[in-house]
Amino acid sequence: MSETEITSTGAEGTSAAKPDRPTFLEANRRWLSGACLGLLAAAVLAVVVIVFSKTGVKVVLPLLGGLVMLLLALITVRSGSLEWLRGAVIPVLAVVTALIIGAFMIIFTDREVLAALGDFFQDPGTAIQLAWNAVKTAYVSLFEGAVGSPAKISAGLETWIMEGEVKAFRSAMRPISESLTKSIPYILSGLAVALGFRAGLFNIGAEGQFVIGGLCAVVVGYSVKGLPTIIHLPLSIAAGALGGGIWGGIVGLLKAWTGAHEVINTIMMNWMGFRLVEWLLREPLENVQGTHRTREILDTAKLPRFFPPPIRLHGGLIIAVLAAIFVWWFLWKTTWGFEMRTVGANPDAARYGGMSIGRNIALAMFLSGALAGLSGVSESLGLTHNMSLGFQAGYGFDSIALALLGGSHPVGVVLASLLFGMLRAGGTRMMSIARVPLEITTIVQSMVIVFIAAPAIVRSLYRLRARREELVPTTTTRGWGS
Amino acid sequence: MPNERRTLSTRDRVLGIVAVVIGFGIIAVAGLASEGDQLATFFDEKIGTLFALPPRQSLYVLGALCVFVGGWQLYRGFRSTGALLAAAGFLVVASFLIWITKGQSLNLPGLLKTTLTSATPLTLGALSGVFCERAGVVNIAIEGMMLFGAFAAIAVTSATGSQWTGMLAAILTGGLMAALHAILSINARVVQIISGTVINILAAGATRYLNIRLLEPAGLSTPGSIELLRIPLLADIPIIGKLFENTPAVFMMLALVPIVSFILFRTPWGLRTRSVGEHPRAADTVGVNVFRMRYINVIIGGFIAGLGGSYFSLSLGSFEDNMTHGQGFIALAAMIFGNWTPVGSFLAALVFGFADAIQGKMQAFKIALPPEFLQMAPYILTMIIMGGVIGRVIPPAADGQPYVKE
Repeated sequence: MSETEITSTGAEGTSAAKPDRPTFLEANRRWLSGACLGLLAAAVLAVVVIVFSKTGVKVVLPLLGGLVMLLLALITVRSGSLEWLRGAVIPVLAVVTALIIGAFMIIFTDREVLAALGDFFQDPGTAIQLAWNAVKTAYVSLFEGAVGSPAKISAGLETWIMEGEVKAFRSAMRPISESLTKSIPYILSGLAVALGFRAGLFNIGAEGQFVIGGLCAVVVGYSVKGLPTIIHLPLSIAAGALGGGIWGGIVGLLKAWTGAHEVINTIMMNWMGFRLVEWLLREPLENVQGTHRTREILDTAKLPRFFPPPIRLHGGLIIAVLAAIFVWWFLWKTTWGFEMRTVGANPDAARYGGMSIGRNIALAMFLSGALAGLSGVSESLGLTHNMSLGFQAGYGFDSIALALLGGSHPVGVVLASLLFGMLRAGGTRMMSIARVPLEITTIVQSMVIVFIAAPAIVRSLYRLRARREELVPTTTTRGWGS
Repeated sequence: MPNERRTLSTRDRVLGIVAVVIGFGIIAVAGLASEGDQLATFFDEKIGTLFALPPRQSLYVLGALCVFVGGWQLYRGFRSTGALLAAAGFLVVASFLIWITKGQSLNLPGLLKTTLTSATPLTLGALSGVFCERAGVVNIAIEGMMLFGAFAAIAVTSATGSQWTGMLAAILTGGLMAALHAILSINARVVQIISGTVINILAAGATRYLNIRLLEPAGLSTPGSIELLRIPLLADIPIIGKLFENTPAVFMMLALVPIVSFILFRTPWGLRTRSVGEHPRAADTVGVNVFRMRYINVIIGGFIAGLGGSYFSLSLGSFEDNMTHGQGFIALAAMIFGNWTPVGSFLAALVFGFADAIQGKMQAFKIALPPEFLQMAPYILTMIIMGGVIGRVIPPAADGQPYVKE
């Protein structure tokens, strides 16, 4: 056999050695879920009462927190056990360990700490104090940039409920909205790479498809005049998706026709895409000489924002969610998707079953490219509203980590994207307040990939026992010659 | 019987037709060239004008030669596709050079020197890839190893004041990163493309982070310019002498190519390496320690990649974020182009380096063709060769598959 295979199996559930006695959760499921639902309803009612009576407002935030916990409890009860959490153990531990490593990096590159370490034996207290401060400032600002400060949110809620003035609440919610906004391109390009993985392909070209897709959308956005939003916006979005799809589809066709490995070809297409866009921004499409930037798109092509500034959350979120649903439906609920997954999991079986490998590969690369293109579309039509040299921001490469972290499943990808979005949003604040360069999040992300791709490290670190089939991304290990 | 007509495959025929078409294309371009027969002058810094050619006539001649070459391929067939490519390639390149130099003067030895220096990091990266992949480990992380090497070189050179220790630091850092890649791919059996990508992401982030955090504040990021090495006698040869006055990395690269080729193809150790990359199970049954061979080769590959990385920062004199700028991937392409051999990689790197050198000249000559297109040339060429159109490239058979001992 010339190919080794790593297949993904979800939380498989307990094996055949089931105890004869039903567990506590199973036996009392009915009344437990009734209790949860009842408590949930009570909490919601309490929130409504507080909002309308304007009393006891400080309790709202904790109540909402309790609501979330009740939801989790409900899921546990209805599924009968805590098994569903099992699949999240390794990813969570991976993230935690990566953050710890990041903390060490912060400590040992802090000049003050390094200076204090020189006198460690005379004065250990200072060194430890400085180290702790460095990490605390960094990670607190990271948290505040990603989620915001609970105190401010609570105060903002209070102002809103008591006085009807929503501005304070809005600015308190800005960090969470920034995290969401930053996670939109991650979701889309993560889906792109995940789809590729499911079909057995490595789409390293998400970065190039991102740029090309964004460019196509912007060009349609500013050059097609006189159309109403309801036509112009979908048209621009479709143009971007098509551009990215073609950029990826070329590689897919090459692989289908000649067997050329998609890793090299997608990397080449990446750099060709960058050069192409560099040229286009330098001459034909440049708006003002020397700025390397295109014209701004027309208002009818802009993705709408949900809330007034400073919140930047835009319609790309809808695209991202729809795309996630589409990918889930396509891969698991259609014959086409089944074929694609089979080709990825076991090409020989697929061929034996009469499936056309080439067609599936080409289609998979096209769809993957289109999703990555949509990622660029969301950024360009939703945030930047034009195209410039700084557009490329590393979303494509990070999405490889994302797809891995999310187990190549849309739900996992969405959750992982939220995490990465939070890291990015928080990192910006961390850079301005704690003066820790943003790249620490890149380092954390790489560590996360390492731990996810080699779960044995995490398992041995935390003395976990391995289940027989551990959650691992669906990829087929092949060399260059397919 | 001599001069027996070789049976031509479709691919050979297609290549022949393409050569003929290109030949006619060159003639057509000659016809369109401006009437004023400004000469294309090629000069050398020390000697002066080497020769001057009239563009239109030269292009006619070269175009006709190209058509002849294509016709020969269709009629008789060249002994190897490589010979056809070399002949047609030379004619196309010469025509191109003459065409862009129309009315101006081109420093030919300078162009050759820039080609060689541009090819240096590419060759070193490709050699690194050759070591890793011949042993069966896919190495996408050449870019990351080079970036780390560049960073280490600058940091240590600034700290110690000696570029040789800087180079040594770069080599060791490259090896360290390669060790990480090896542990992940060989021990933990992570998919090698993923572990390679991780190193690339980590390199980009960590070098930038460390640069901002440690180097710049300490003033360590610009040690100043680097001395060139000058080989006494050879450097005085009139035209090509300039090639022998270069950064040390270039000479190391030139030495490494034949050395690596010898080691890989003419020593028992090289044989064992290649066996581990082609059929590890057979090698294992004969007693070769597959894991140890792979580890050692990957780490050696890391050393070379680190050296290649040092070239970037030491020749510039400082470290910039993402200095390698994708050259690691072009090095990978050069390795594939060169069919996983050191000499082939070197030749491919020369081709890519030439494209790089030319586009600089074109910008100076204010040619209408945008430089970005020529920058795309290495990528397009690689994709073409990956498609098997020009020639078949054969990777080591067990490349990319983790070895499981049974």
